[in-house]
Amino acid sequence: MPSVTRLLDDSAMASVLERMAGEVVEKSGGTRGLVLVGIQRRGVELAGRLAGLIGKATGATISLGKLDITLYRDDLSTIGQRPRVGETSLPDSIEGRTVVVVDDVLYTGRTIRAALDELADFGRPRRILLCVLVDRGGRELPIQADVVGERVATVGDDRVDVAVWELDGRDGVDLVRGAPL
Amino acid sequence: MTTPTLGKDLIGLEGLSADQLRLILDTAEPFKEVSERAIKKVPALRGKTIVNLFFEPSTRTRISFEFAEKRLSADTVNVASSGSSVSKGETLVDTARNLEAMRIDMVVIRHPSSGAAQFLGDRIGSNVINAGDGKHEHPTQGLLDLLTLRDRFGRIEGLKVAICGDVLHSRVARSNIWGLLKLGAEVALCGPATLIPRELVEVGVQIIPRIDDAIAWADALNVLRLQLERMQAGFIPSLREYNRVFGVTKERLDRAGKEIVILHPGPMNRGVEIDSDVADGPYSVILPQVTNGVAIRMAVLYLLAGGAPEWQAI
Repeated sequence: MPSVTRLLDDSAMASVLERMAGEVVEKSGGTRGLVLVGIQRRGVELAGRLAGLIGKATGATISLGKLDITLYRDDLSTIGQRPRVGETSLPDSIEGRTVVVVDDVLYTGRTIRAALDELADFGRPRRILLCVLVDRGGRELPIQADVVGERVATVGDDRVDVAVWELDGRDGVDLVRGAPL
Repeated sequence: MTTPTLGKDLIGLEGLSADQLRLILDTAEPFKEVSERAIKKVPALRGKTIVNLFFEPSTRTRISFEFAEKRLSADTVNVASSGSSVSKGETLVDTARNLEAMRIDMVVIRHPSSGAAQFLGDRIGSNVINAGDGKHEHPTQGLLDLLTLRDRFGRIEGLKVAICGDVLHSRVARSNIWGLLKLGAEVALCGPATLIPRELVEVGVQIIPRIDDAIAWADALNVLRLQLERMQAGFIPSLREYNRVFGVTKERLDRAGKEIVILHPGPMNRGVEIDSDVADGPYSVILPQVTNGVAIRMAVLYLLAGGAPEWQAI
């Protein structure tokens, strides 16, 4: 039987997001030229939440984008079935701006590597920061996050499930141990 | 959840399920955006080698495939029948086997004989994509027509589509018929009796002999090119008479007094099957069809390049 540990419930997640929103503004040096880019799937919703929180706190309107990194994956030539490709839509220009890449879980770092390559094809931001709700360790590439909501130590077959109410009807983060792959 | 996959090859729409058709159409959506980027290139097929083997003249389809391949970062080689060993009498299989010996991954083939793509796909390990074989099928054209209709109407199911003109010689018509019927559209054929194969009624299409009746019935007209190069003689009395009886003209559309979407696979015989003021008019989606063609071909290349058809969790 898989065991499920709740890492964040909805109210804990709300306060974590609140803190992250503050840190994003602080590390970006303000909201000028700021773009939040969510990685499909749940990064998109999280970026939207953070943009809302930053907007509420600062009165600024924050540009949003979404990025699907499927076509930049480094394992496309080895996996069999083609993964579904989602929507990518970025603001007209990211040239010279501060781009904050938002994802739900940071694990091997391969998704972020792909995201950085994809962003480079859209322009040359002044800075790129990485903001994740959960850092579960286990990096396979030299990539670190600038803003982290929650850190948790995991082993290989653990699963970190992030739920957002837009897609899942509730907010929360669960650590699932011993689930069949 | 099991997602449908495509097999090794794309030979025709007849062999695909509704789920497989929807998979291709849905996959094409994000690829539309790639062509709107400043850098129109993603690395999805990096390192793959694709041969475009064209045994018949083609501008639109060949260029569209080439753009699709290049925008996915594949390496491409174009082989035309003239100027290659084909003109020295080399057989199709020998040409393909020689290409395979150079370690290619995919072949896009256009051939005057029906069944050529299937024949090739059965004999080589590379993925084969049919870019039109004789009078059989032109699956990527059928798919881009479906995508264009879905863009316009938001659905395929329940649409009434009339395919007009030279159905007899048309692989585009056959791919359209299969795709439309599988996705739940109603299909009618309209054209001179000499150019409408009556046996197609058996697959579930109706025949509307008069173009005015077809216009009155349909939500969309797919106007086929009169394939003069495939006609020896006797199919139609004259081009002028064809235009008078079956031409899609502004007068006819005005008389019907309704909105209707006009597709044409190109190249057009302006003033024969379609008048210029219709082709360039407000109901025409002929250029969106061309734009969608690149996205559809990117989707097909991307989906087939996976190779192994077994399901794997991502």
